[in-house]
Amino acid sequence: MSDRLALAAGAVVGVPVVLVGYISIVEALLSFVPGGRRRALRPWLWLAPALACLLVFLAYPALATVYASFFGPTSERFVGLANYGYVFTDGTMLLSIRNNALWLVFFTGLSVSLGLLVAVLADRVPYETVAKSLIFLPMAISFVAAGVIWKFMYDYRPPGTPQTGTVNALLMGLVPGFEPQAWLINSPGNNLALIVAAVWVWTGFCMVVLSAALKGIPSELLEAARVDGANEWQVFGRIMLPMLGSTIAVVGTTMLITALKAFDIVYVMTNGNFGTEVIANRMYKEMFNVRDFGRASAIAVVLMVAIVPVLLFNLRRFKEQEATR
Amino acid sequence: MAGATRPSRVCPFVLAVTLVATACAGGGAQPTAAPAKPPEATKPAATTAPPAASPAASPAASPAASPAASPAALQRIGGSVSVLGTWGGSEQESFLAMVKPFEDQTGVKIEYEGTRDLNAILTTRVQGGNPPDVAGLPGPGQMAEFARAGKLVDLSSVLDQSAVKEQYSEDWLKLGSVDGKQTGIFIKAALKGPIWYNVKELPKVSGGSTPKSWEELSALSQKIAAPGATPWCVGLGSGAASGWPGTDWIEDIVLRQAGPDKYDQWWQGTLTWSSPEIKAAWQTWGQIVGNEKMVFGGRQAILATNFQEAGNPLFSTPPRCYLHHQGSFITDFFVKANPNLKPIEDFNFFPFPDIDPRYAGAVEVGGDLFGMFRDTPQARALLKYLTTPDAQAIWVKRGGALSPNKRVSLDTYPDQISRQSAQALISAKTVRFDASDLMPEAMNNAFFKGILDFVQEPGSLDSVLADLDRVQKDAYKR
Repeated sequence: MSDRLALAAGAVVGVPVVLVGYISIVEALLSFVPGGRRRALRPWLWLAPALACLLVFLAYPALATVYASFFGPTSERFVGLANYGYVFTDGTMLLSIRNNALWLVFFTGLSVSLGLLVAVLADRVPYETVAKSLIFLPMAISFVAAGVIWKFMYDYRPPGTPQTGTVNALLMGLVPGFEPQAWLINSPGNNLALIVAAVWVWTGFCMVVLSAALKGIPSELLEAARVDGANEWQVFGRIMLPMLGSTIAVVGTTMLITALKAFDIVYVMTNGNFGTEVIANRMYKEMFNVRDFGRASAIAVVLMVAIVPVLLFNLRRFKEQEATR
Repeated sequence: MAGATRPSRVCPFVLAVTLVATACAGGGAQPTAAPAKPPEATKPAATTAPPAASPAASPAASPAASPAASPAALQRIGGSVSVLGTWGGSEQESFLAMVKPFEDQTGVKIEYEGTRDLNAILTTRVQGGNPPDVAGLPGPGQMAEFARAGKLVDLSSVLDQSAVKEQYSEDWLKLGSVDGKQTGIFIKAALKGPIWYNVKELPKVSGGSTPKSWEELSALSQKIAAPGATPWCVGLGSGAASGWPGTDWIEDIVLRQAGPDKYDQWWQGTLTWSSPEIKAAWQTWGQIVGNEKMVFGGRQAILATNFQEAGNPLFSTPPRCYLHHQGSFITDFFVKANPNLKPIEDFNFFPFPDIDPRYAGAVEVGGDLFGMFRDTPQARALLKYLTTPDAQAIWVKRGGALSPNKRVSLDTYPDQISRQSAQALISAKTVRFDASDLMPEAMNNAFFKGILDFVQEPGSLDSVLADLDRVQKDAYKR
């Protein structure tokens, strides 16, 4: 323990010291360089440590992953595109891709629209802070913990025994003649059950961002519309939504990426069994259970490629916003 | 890790009858390992020298035979050992009790960490260059993968060879070796396949005698089911390892229906899953799990129930089921859920019945295999200690464990049931090790999943087996 503390202390103190030392040395050296060149050189030298970190911790692993995806399980034998063939033909992989598509649609749709709904409705009530805090609370819980919580919620006991799962107990109390369901086992509904758990976690995030954007809409605009005779639906549809457009796009794309990366909840609640497999969980299994580095890398590359367009879209959006400012 | 998968092809694994001391403790199944911290060792040299052990071993034939065996032989070295394993709950308590004397006498601190996702955690840590010092290995199959990748320390220099050879049957040792190197050693064993029942309830419906053959067992199940009761309790849940209790069923059936030779070909990957022998085993199991009337709660409950609590409905009033198939370790969970239960008085088992009379008398065993990833004096001392009869007797006495060490006598077992388990192992004509633990990890994983898919949709057997065949084709190739 003590050696770890020493290491942590060393990092906390040492890293800033080294960086400040680096900058001072760079500045000292730059003073020998003539004016024009100095201006051109300085930003690169200041950036160099960060760029080096990016290269070592981001670019290199990404390239190594692409490289490994063309090799066999132990990265020794060249197999060409065989691993990619596996990704797009294996039954379980195809199922994962289908499930990720379900996640993309339902998870993104539900979390963004619920977030928007809560943001708009909470805006109109005096207890807004309390309502928003409650919705935001799950964000503070780790996904693994959320998975465990929902596993208990969906718990199933055979009919005739006391139901310990909240969902079954509640439905049996409310709906006469309701038979308890194994929510996590019956396909394809179990995918939705998992998505609901994820939506529970992420709605708060969508709500907070959208709510902030909502507060940014000038109130004169809304008042003017109301004075002109617009009803609340028109105010929402014709003014709020267009004004929130770019924010919704940012939140939506963030959720898309989250859906593509879905892992923790699936791993904890079903481990991909019963037809709930997703791409990221498959990657984890290939990597750490089966130890097939080639296939795991190929899955990682496919996932990365799938996320790139979304990232580009987000970047472009961001640039446009910067430009209009 | 190439080629890792066929570890024991070499060894015939007939765990000979010699296994006298069989306390099987196999908790959920896989062995765990304990990682040790790098040597902060005060006097590293101390532990390496096999203490008094070896001399004592030969002449006196005393239980102190192995090096670290007698408490006096343990040297005070301090430091710590990290151990990674699958045990949690009462099994974890038993393991900690087992190493307590070691900690007290050597001053070495055991840092135990348990996980049901052992294989993944172990792989991550080994790949990340941060392996535990000592770890339970998920099975001989995965041990071979680690061993061939050069991650495991050869134990021949760690354990006192003469003591180990004298105290362990050759088959147990073979299961722990790869390419002639001893890379793993069993510290506890479990009898697979006992069928548990409530002593107060089963005779009411069975008329008193326990089934001796599969036909009798089927007839008993039918008889219980006829008036609308459910004969069986089955639970396949086990976190990331869900499905494994079903693999034990299939293995038990293959061993007794198709025989030991087919059993070996099957886990070695030369007999396909869709072959008539293996398919028949699934169908036989399907008579139980595929029939909603046979299992309490039906298929949904089989999939949704965790193995630890699956047997509890045996003891409800009225009982919700009468029979439960699970390894000998499960008694620990019975007693934990219902502290008033007494072995023999309240619960007992009969062995998995013979199916084909030609293969009568076969049993399946499982075990917890330990390996060493970091060669530190503390790790060496711990492994030596864990192989001793004294250490293993501690867990055996606490219940739920059989010992692979011959020196642990039958008298050590705390109750009649564990003695019976030990006896069943000793008297078996044919002994085979858990097939799924012997398969390559990719195969093992697919097997777990196949079990769940089959129970969810028994009609899909052919496609489940076709999937398994596909995995079999490349899992053994590496």
